[in-house]
Order: sequence, then structure tokens, then C-alpha cells
Amino acid sequence: MSLLSWIDERYPLTKVWNEHLAQYYAPKNFNFWYFFGSLAMLVLVNQILTGVWLAMSYKPDANLAFGSVEYIMRDVNWGWLIRYMHSTGASAFFIVIYLHMFRGLIYGSYRQPRELLWIIGVIIYILMMATAFMGYLLPWGQMSFWGAQVIVNLFTAIPVIGEDLGVWIRGDYVISDATLNRFFALHFLLPFILAAVVFIHIVALHKVGSNNPDGIEIKKGPKGNRWSKDAPADGIPFHPYYSVKDIVGVAGFLFLFALVIFYAPEMGGFFLEYPNFEPANPMKTPEHIAPVWYFTPFYAILRAVPSVAGSAFPGVVAMGASIAIFFFLPWLDRSPVKSIRYKGPIFKAWIAIFVVCFVVLGYLGVQPATPGKTLLAQICTVLYFAFFLLMPIYSKMDKTKPVPERVTQ
Amino acid sequence: MRKLISLFLLAIVPVLGWAGGGNIHLDHADIDPTDQASLQRGAKFFVNYCMGCHSAKYQRYNRMAQDIGLTEEQVKANLMFTTEKIGDTMEIAMSSADANKFFGTTPPDLSLIARSRGVDWLYTYLRSFYIDEARPTGVNNVVFKDVGMPHVMWDLQGWQKAIFKENEHGGEPVFERFELVKPGSMTPEQFDGAIRDLVNFLDYVGEPYKLERQRLGVKVLLFLAIFFVLAYLLKKEYWKDVH
Repeated sequence: MSLLSWIDERYPLTKVWNEHLAQYYAPKNFNFWYFFGSLAMLVLVNQILTGVWLAMSYKPDANLAFGSVEYIMRDVNWGWLIRYMHSTGASAFFIVIYLHMFRGLIYGSYRQPRELLWIIGVIIYILMMATAFMGYLLPWGQMSFWGAQVIVNLFTAIPVIGEDLGVWIRGDYVISDATLNRFFALHFLLPFILAAVVFIHIVALHKVGSNNPDGIEIKKGPKGNRWSKDAPADGIPFHPYYSVKDIVGVAGFLFLFALVIFYAPEMGGFFLEYPNFEPANPMKTPEHIAPVWYFTPFYAILRAVPSVAGSAFPGVVAMGASIAIFFFLPWLDRSPVKSIRYKGPIFKAWIAIFVVCFVVLGYLGVQPATPGKTLLAQICTVLYFAFFLLMPIYSKMDKTKPVPERVTQ
Repeated sequence: MRKLISLFLLAIVPVLGWAGGGNIHLDHADIDPTDQASLQRGAKFFVNYCMGCHSAKYQRYNRMAQDIGLTEEQVKANLMFTTEKIGDTMEIAMSSADANKFFGTTPPDLSLIARSRGVDWLYTYLRSFYIDEARPTGVNNVVFKDVGMPHVMWDLQGWQKAIFKENEHGGEPVFERFELVKPGSMTPEQFDGAIRDLVNFLDYVGEPYKLERQRLGVKVLLFLAIFFVLAYLLKKEYWKDVH
């Protein structure tokens, strides 16, 4: 009796391998955009591994945190590499996830029957933002401190419960040692929850099967391929075809990742903000507080909405809504086709407007507000929401092209 | 898709064009991190002129010796005034309470100053002290208005005054140029060179492993490039039977 059959009698090892890899049939027409799912998992693993090793030398103490990061950078063997892999990984995670979400957007991967898959994905995105936000406090630099101060103050803008909620989050009246301690604890915990939700994301994916650039359900098409007569004709086994293909994506990604780590770890102040090389000083407010780039589109939306009666609450609501609205996407799109390939010019134009607005908002979020920039941010905010809220109308009236029976190459 | 992407880029360009501010012009520091002689001169300048008040508390002496091409004995004999142990970091004797009394503020630790301020800012700042009798130190700075730091390098640079011109848009007058009132022991060119060495050293102190990082990067990228080619060939071989 072989070891494998011994295990298989006690644990469904071969069964799981076959169901999710060797006999899991994915559409054969995946393109460039389909690399980012596996890359997101790679970056998550990178963040967890480098993060655990950083935690071995990091001190979550307001008096020691900044120095312990420098200790890692200077005195710990390969500490600088581990730290840059983690700091660059945070930005890389968001780049990869934004591209992954964009893929879903253009190929209609959120449409029936993948609504739940999409919703789980949005939950992952929100968990990621929470994790990144708490992690950013840990180096205890000026931007860590003041960025956290600004973001936590957003919660205090909520009427009635705001003040108490702020104290509850910080564990103090200002960002302090107590805040740093709890953020460290949560920053360590959340990635494991994130990994669990990613697992659920994949379970949901394997239940409904992958979408593809044509937006065709291969399970509804003809059956029978070289490997199985019951499998979809347009499907190929994930392993080895997509496992070897994803390795190419991994190699390409790692090349760019290494380029940043070794030659531009600060990425012009976007991945590591320059003022964050100055220790947190509660007595000295920086001239200009900007969150890290991956939050700036939402921060720009927050600032674009004018205060009402001295309260920033409307802006906070708009910022929350700009993220929460992704949950409703599956029901906003009324187009008879899924993929952008067969959608009409109106939808394409709106996608273009949305992406331009998202990038412009991201840029405006790092800039100090001026009247002209605020106006531009307001225009982009309106268009951002219009993309979603008008979708039931324009996606219905848009002229679509006929969808082929089988996937195209 | 390609058309779509270029369309996006075109739409973004004019917006980015608005960037940039009207702050003081910074001179280019033009440092060379591989120039060990410059780093050694910078280290000497740092311990003699800066370390009276500023520490570099994350920088170890022995690490510095190794990185800028000095022996530990040379460092001990010439560059260490506050400690005997070569493994110590570059701390100072002045307490922050005293410093606060003397200057009204604690002089910042300079370990990471080149990373937070940038080398061009440092290079310009250190050469921009000018006579201002209204200030307790007798000097002000064009780059860092009302700074608490006195003009420590006055014997080298001499004293200069700043010429301002009227602001066309109203408000504060605009800095135009410096005028040397009393020359120091160095010519302006020599002084610029000394500050360049100092900034080079501060840049080194900000990230002592920078050169190591860049050297290692070449090997990693080379490996990944070869790995990419092999992975691509493997993929092509497997996918032959799909199409």
C-alpha cells in the first residue's frame, strides 16, 4: 500500500487535488488580466512571511517603535530586504488588487452567477484596507501618526456616537502608545482572517467556475475535451496549463517587484512617504498630511464633499459610500452581455471615465487642496458615483454585439 | 485595449501638469555615494561641526569605518569623541533638556535627515544662512525660515546677507540672491565642496546598506530575467496542445 493511498483513505488529498487543480477546468482563453488573482495570493503570502519576520524584531511601543524599525534596517541581517519587501509589498498588493478588480469590471465577472464571489472579493478589499491602515501606523513616523490621526478623526465626525467611537478605536483621546499596541495586535491578526476569506473566495470561484474575456459560461456550452467527455469543451485543466502560465506571470511580477525593492524602495515618496523618516511628534503637525497613495482616491472624495454645519460627516458618508457601492455592482449592470468585448460604446466610455476619475482623484488626494483642485475633485466624485448609479440606465440602452457560442482566442 | 490605455494616459497628463509648487529653488547636491574620500571628508566635517548638538543615534562607528573605507583605529583616533567603544552608535553628550534651554528646541537626530528632507534640500539649506539681527542667533535661513540653528560654519563660509525683491503678487518679499559680506576661510567653491561631502555622508548615514542593496539588485534581476525566459518556454511547451 502506497503512502498516498494510506493518506487518501484518511484524508481526501487526491480528491481535492483533482477537484481544484488537475481536473478543475478553466476557460482556455484567459489573457493578461487573469494573472492578478494568483499574484494577489503571492503578495499576501509575501506580506505574511515578511511581516512575521519583521515582528520578531519590531517593538510596538511609542518610545521604541521608530528605533526598532531602524534597528531592523541596519542591524538585523537582511532586515532591510525584509522590510522593503513588506513595504513595497503593501503597495504591490493594492496595485495587483486594483488590476484584479478592473478585470472583473471589464469582463463582467461580478454578474450572475458570480455575485457572491464578487461580494466576498469586496470584503477582502475592505479587510485589506483596514490591515494596511493599521500597518501604516507601526513605523511611528510623522505620516504614520498624523495619517492615523486624520483617519480616526473621520469616525468622530459621526453624529452622537462619534466622539466615543474615536476613543474606543484609539484607546485614548489622541493617537498614542495604546493605539500603537492595539493596531499592532490587529495588524498581526487581520492577514490570517484575510487568508481565510481568500480561501472562501476561491471556494466560491470553484463552485461557479471562472468567467473569461468573452463573458461566456463554458459550463453551458458543449461538453467533451481531450481530458474528459463530461468537462466543458472550452475548458482546460487548471494544472498544469494555468499553473505553468501563472509562473510566467509570477516571474514578470517579481522582476518589477525587485526593481522597486532594490532601486526605488521609496518610489518617489509614494510607497514610503519622506516625512515618515521623521519620528512621530504629536507636538508638530506636518504642513501637509497625505495618506498613502492607495487610499488617496477615497480621501479626495472625502475632501471634495463640503462640510455641513461644520461637520465633515457628509464627506465621511460619501467616502464610505464610494467603497460600499462596489457591493451593489452585480445588480446595477443590466446589460444583456457580460464582457466589454460585446458591450457598446456607452459602457466603454463610462468605464474610461471611471478609470480616469479614479486616477485623477488618487492624484488629487496627495495634493494640498486649492479651489481649482477641489472643483476638479468634485467633478470626478460626481462622475465616480454616476458611473455606478446611472449604470442600470446606460447599460440597458447601450447597443451590444452578438456573443459567440464558443470562446474566442 | 491599447487604444483605451493611451486614451487614459492622455486624459491624465494635463492634470499632472498642474503639479509642482512655487517654493524656494533647491540646488542640485550632485553627490557620489561611491566616492569614499568624499564620505571620509564628510564624516570628519560631521563629527567636528554637527555632532556638538546633533546625534546620528542609529549609525554605528564600526559600520561607518567599514563602509567608508577606514580602519577601526583610524575612526577611534580621529572621529570618536563621545565614546570609546567602536560598536557604539553616534550619540552626543548634550541632553535634550539642555538643548531645549539653549536653542528653544531639541536639535533633531540626523540619522535619517537625508531621507526625510532630501539631499538637495540639505545642500541648499546648509549654504543659505544669512545675517538677520532680528533673530536671537543673528542669522536666518532662506530655506528654513526662523530656524533655531545658528550659523555653525560661519568661520568657513563667512557671513552673507540675503537680497530680497518685492513680491509682485503682494505678500512676503521674494528671495533673489546672496551677497558675501565677510569672507570665511574657504572660498565659496571650497565651501560648496565641503557641504557636498557632508551631504554625501548624511545620505550614507540615512541608508548605510544602499550600495549593498544596489549591488544585490543586479544579481536578483538577472536571475529573475533568466527565470522568466525559462518559465515562458515551459509554458509554451505545455500549451502546444491547447491551440
